Amino acid sequence: MSWVNLLGLVFVLGTICGIKLMSSPVTAVKGNLLGSVSMAGAIILTLLAEGIVSIPLLWVAIAMGTLFGYYVAVKVAMIQMPQMVALLNGFGGGSSAIVSLLALLGIFGDISMAGRLTSELGLVIGSITLSGSLIAAAKLHGKMNQRPIVFKGQSTWNNLTLLAIGILFMSLLVIPSDGITQGAFWILALSLAYGVLFTIRVGGADMPITISLLNSFSGIAASISGFAVRNPLLVAIGAIVGASGLILTRLMCKAMNRSLSQVLAGRTVLMSKKPDPGVTSIDEDHVSRRKRTADGEDRDDFVCRIRNAKSVIVIPGYGMALAQAQHEVKKLADILEGMNKEVKFAIHPVAGRMPGHMNVLLAEADVPYDELYEMDDINDEFKDTDVVIVVGANDVINPAANTAEGTPIYGMPILRAYEAKHVVIFNLDTKPGYAGVDNPLYSMDNTTVVLGDAAETVLQVASALQDTAS
Amino acid sequence: MSLPMLFALFVVASVVGYKVISDVPSLLHTPLMSGTNALSGVTVLGALTVAAVAKVTGYRLLGAVAIILAMINVVGGFLVTHRMLRMFKKGTESEGRENVMG
Repeated sequence: MSWVNLLGLVFVLGTICGIKLMSSPVTAVKGNLLGSVSMAGAIILTLLAEGIVSIPLLWVAIAMGTLFGYYVAVKVAMIQMPQMVALLNGFGGGSSAIVSLLALLGIFGDISMAGRLTSELGLVIGSITLSGSLIAAAKLHGKMNQRPIVFKGQSTWNNLTLLAIGILFMSLLVIPSDGITQGAFWILALSLAYGVLFTIRVGGADMPITISLLNSFSGIAASISGFAVRNPLLVAIGAIVGASGLILTRLMCKAMNRSLSQVLAGRTVLMSKKPDPGVTSIDEDHVSRRKRTADGEDRDDFVCRIRNAKSVIVIPGYGMALAQAQHEVKKLADILEGMNKEVKFAIHPVAGRMPGHMNVLLAEADVPYDELYEMDDINDEFKDTDVVIVVGANDVINPAANTAEGTPIYGMPILRAYEAKHVVIFNLDTKPGYAGVDNPLYSMDNTTVVLGDAAETVLQVASALQDTAS
Repeated sequence: MSLPMLFALFVVASVVGYKVISDVPSLLHTPLMSGTNALSGVTVLGALTVAAVAKVTGYRLLGAVAIILAMINVVGGFLVTHRMLRMFKKGTESEGRENVMG
């Protein structure tokens, strides 16, 4: 085994160990560092092994990419993390697409049939990753309507596009090499179009799954472009990333009780045309009678309940992210703990817009991660809990998921907040969450709905508690 | 390396990748996604090769664009992951930090 392969193996092992270390909160920082060092090593090894270390263009491009990358990484706010990951992912996919395209265009000389096959595959997957990730980033950033975009005959168009890509793909394997250029650009254009078509009809709650899937795609695309340039290091690391992305995607699908094919087909995000009789629609009068404002007369009522509670569980949702209320939530938790109450955070696996979104935001606010509990670990505790405080969450606590057959969330495991003795919901409005299903919890007798900006209302409650405590 | 060898490598690496992260607390899903996302910028290795090998100026520049995109992915990815991970603290650690600050 040559020293190149040996060193390459070292960097692959470094990458694997890095990912392994990232599986535990204690060693995660080290894991990330090990991953980045391995990457730097792999880059230098490739430059040396290919004998291309002295080409200025490469260094200029590396420097430019590093500068841009550094700039966006230090500028981005924590709340923008989902769209940031989507955007970076798109860049990686785009890069793979270019590498495969250039290989297909014959920069390595005449290309064999197997070479054509891998280059075409890399081109297709890379292009879909690029356009799909950009659409996902635009949706998450609010530059595009986050609702699924559905038009008539969409599935037909999607399938036709796929079919066209397939036909081009096969024919490009056998045609004489002077026709490849034109065919390659058609494949590029159609794959980009397919990425757009398949992402625009994904909305809201399915977005985390889509991003995770695209993350997996970009790894696979990188790995396949490794075939095109015959770089074993690229093949290995790309495959590891692709496999890890698929696992994460599967974990998320499981948490939402959806199959991947349903998400890809856009079925789950569509409202069923006829509401199922099992759906409890919200009795608006009932809710408005029960609406409280944090400084209204009834404030004492639920503030009193919180004050007298011994155990409190906080459930954060995307509304907390939108209102940037994590610091206020942390303050509230501190006050409650100061009053000798047991405070826990219950994190639904798909709360927010990407897996672990809530964990990141609460960590930003200095909430220790051993106070955060996953759904399966805490669901049995709700029935013994005095007060549940919901901050901007809706679908993940919607009991309709158990009862309302035919709705998008039916069958999704939820946090059983409704079992608690009392539920206080801080939310902007009583509109249904992303899944578009009314939440019967809002009109239950042991529920108090506090409308308004979560950051403000949480802070008001916190200071009300503090007044009485001191 | 021959194509069959590369394919074997692809299969082995996929299996290893599958095994290595099958148990990750959801706490770390976002950083892990962000970290593996940075790793998927490994395609920069391919971009370096094509940019160096291409003879037509247009292709060379396209290769340079591929390097830039992949490097943004790599550097940006690792840095945001680092930023996220540094925030995670255990209860005792954050108290310790407050003591230092206060």
